[in-house]
Amino acid sequence: MNIHEYQAAQLLAARGVNRPDGDPVSTPEEARVVAARLLAAGHPKVIVKAQIHAGGRGKGTFTSGYQGGVKLCASVGEVETAAAAMLGQVLVTRQTGPEGRRVKKLLVAAAAPVVKEFYLAVLLDRATSRPMVIASEAGGMDIEEVAERSPEKIIRESVDPALGYQAYQARRQAVALGLIGEQLAPAARLFQGAYRTWLECEASLVEINPLALLHPPGDRPTLSAIDAKISLDDNALFRHPDLVALRDLDEESPLEIEASEHGLNYIKLDGNIACLVNGAGLAMATMDIIDHYGGRPANFLDVGGGASPEQVAAAFGIILKDPHVQAILVNIFGGIMDCNVIATGIVTAARQTALNRPLVVRLEGNNVVAGRQTLSESGLEIVSGDSMADAARLAVQAARTLGAN
Amino acid sequence: MSILVTPQTRVLIQGITGSFGARHARLSLEYGTQVVAGVTPGKGGQRFDERVPIFDTVAQAVQATQATASAIFVPPAFAADAILEGVDAGLDLIVCITEGIPAQDMIRVKRAMEGRPARLIGPNCPGIVTPGSGPDSHGGCRIGIAPGYIHRPGPVGVVSRSGTLTYEAVWQLTQRGVGQSTCVGIGGDPLHGTSHLEVIRMFHDDPDTQGIIMIGEIGGSAEEEAAAWIAAHGSKPVAAFIAGSTAPPGRRMGHAGAIISGGKGTAAAKIKALRAAGVVVAETPAVMAETLLKLLG
Repeated sequence: MNIHEYQAAQLLAARGVNRPDGDPVSTPEEARVVAARLLAAGHPKVIVKAQIHAGGRGKGTFTSGYQGGVKLCASVGEVETAAAAMLGQVLVTRQTGPEGRRVKKLLVAAAAPVVKEFYLAVLLDRATSRPMVIASEAGGMDIEEVAERSPEKIIRESVDPALGYQAYQARRQAVALGLIGEQLAPAARLFQGAYRTWLECEASLVEINPLALLHPPGDRPTLSAIDAKISLDDNALFRHPDLVALRDLDEESPLEIEASEHGLNYIKLDGNIACLVNGAGLAMATMDIIDHYGGRPANFLDVGGGASPEQVAAAFGIILKDPHVQAILVNIFGGIMDCNVIATGIVTAARQTALNRPLVVRLEGNNVVAGRQTLSESGLEIVSGDSMADAARLAVQAARTLGAN
Repeated sequence: MSILVTPQTRVLIQGITGSFGARHARLSLEYGTQVVAGVTPGKGGQRFDERVPIFDTVAQAVQATQATASAIFVPPAFAADAILEGVDAGLDLIVCITEGIPAQDMIRVKRAMEGRPARLIGPNCPGIVTPGSGPDSHGGCRIGIAPGYIHRPGPVGVVSRSGTLTYEAVWQLTQRGVGQSTCVGIGGDPLHGTSHLEVIRMFHDDPDTQGIIMIGEIGGSAEEEAAAWIAAHGSKPVAAFIAGSTAPPGRRMGHAGAIISGGKGTAAAKIKALRAAGVVVAETPAVMAETLLKLLG
């Protein structure tokens, strides 16, 4: 589960990761109030940031034509104008896809002169099965690119989960970034706060980019999390009702939400051949084989290894709501589940949904002969594929024929 | 022969009285697997299906029945505890079927297992099958949830992160009259007990395994690590399939571990590494067995 930047910043701040003064707002009036407070407190400038679950906001474009989901403002009036232009509008960035995301909240925060920008992240290193803290002097940039081009700028600390991230490890990373002298102790404390956030929230990723050394006029330089991203481990959410409350359903596709309510795993893609498969690996492989035969999958859909008739019926309902779907490929390996039970489920679902698009079914496994018979005797126009390859070819063909009409 | 388990392996089932565990305990018993004990705290002293003794703790079950392997069917919130209980009781092999275990639980489990002799398979996996010699491979060792009848005993080792893709590969082999030494589902989570590489090494050391089908998917670098080992030490034919060539980056494809993040873990990179190591990668999941059989000649 992903959360908004302002929510991530709050979780981090509660654990000692300093951030610029500011507040989330939902209306231009609220933005005005926050901006007035920040300017009155002596901050020279205020930044307005659209809150969506996607990166590239600064360079994004609103469908209204307004440029940029991040604005630096010098007056209350500018803040109010920017807020009015962003709120309620759809922002398209390189990460949102062409449909973009509607902006419902903004973060209005103080902006101070930046001395230097860094990168800090805590994640799970799959290769060692241990947490890892990653720091870099190359802040504000795409960290994958930095890792590719200048790997020496990536400072890693592997954490022994029995001990946690030790203070000396945090100091070592701070020193490597040049945060020395009177900056060392607060930097190490901040790094440990980021680790604690990862640990206590059971995050899969905590990323602060940039982590900036700010120099407010008349004050000492301080480290501050200018932008923060937190992804939470879905499997651990049952232990964190407070974090579940941060979920923003508007950021998720309605079909994906509906699917998850039925215990289905659905991800919408941009092709025209819907797939309905049991098992995640086979579901991915089915998308791949559609692509192999020149078609484009409309979705990933895993009805679970068991594939109960109820789930199959719910799955049909979901894939048929995608208007781009021109053919449906069902690929079920009924290992323990009786194929005839699955076939009955498919027939029932096809009738209930008044199926009007070509349906290709590949059934294999337990009691498959009876299952195929149920399909062929249903009176429905169901094409039976003899093998996975055969079924994929037939589905691609059916989608082409329909697309050409 | 086989790896990890033989038809004689004595198996206990943690969570034998839950609906999922009970169902698969019955299927394993029907398959002829030596299911000698069940563990459900609070139900010690009872019997499962009037047949298998139930114990309150794994240690009691091990002491009374000499079980050496376990299958875990307990809900995700209690699965880490169940694994650690099995480790502590001195089991050789623990197969965790449970899906949805929090990553931090698995981090702690992996840390606690360092230096301990127990081997963990999974979690979020279909388990292990060493086919038996009876009809429909009856009499084999089935730990987990795989359909037993699709197997037959023979020379091919199968290792996979995905359940249904494993069945697919096994079925393709069996339909061509080619049997399996052992089939191992290592699981779809980002952290698991046993990697592709470890299973492939075991298959190499098993004199009766003559060829290997390795099924991987997007996410992580386990397939690349296996490829590096195969390039340096591999002497048996390996055919592979990697699922997820068409998966969009940044999205979890059903399995918690199946995600391309930061441009890492793509199918293309894995396929390239495997091909460079001399592994033949099947073009589609429909030809996994065919691809290996061509290599075996």
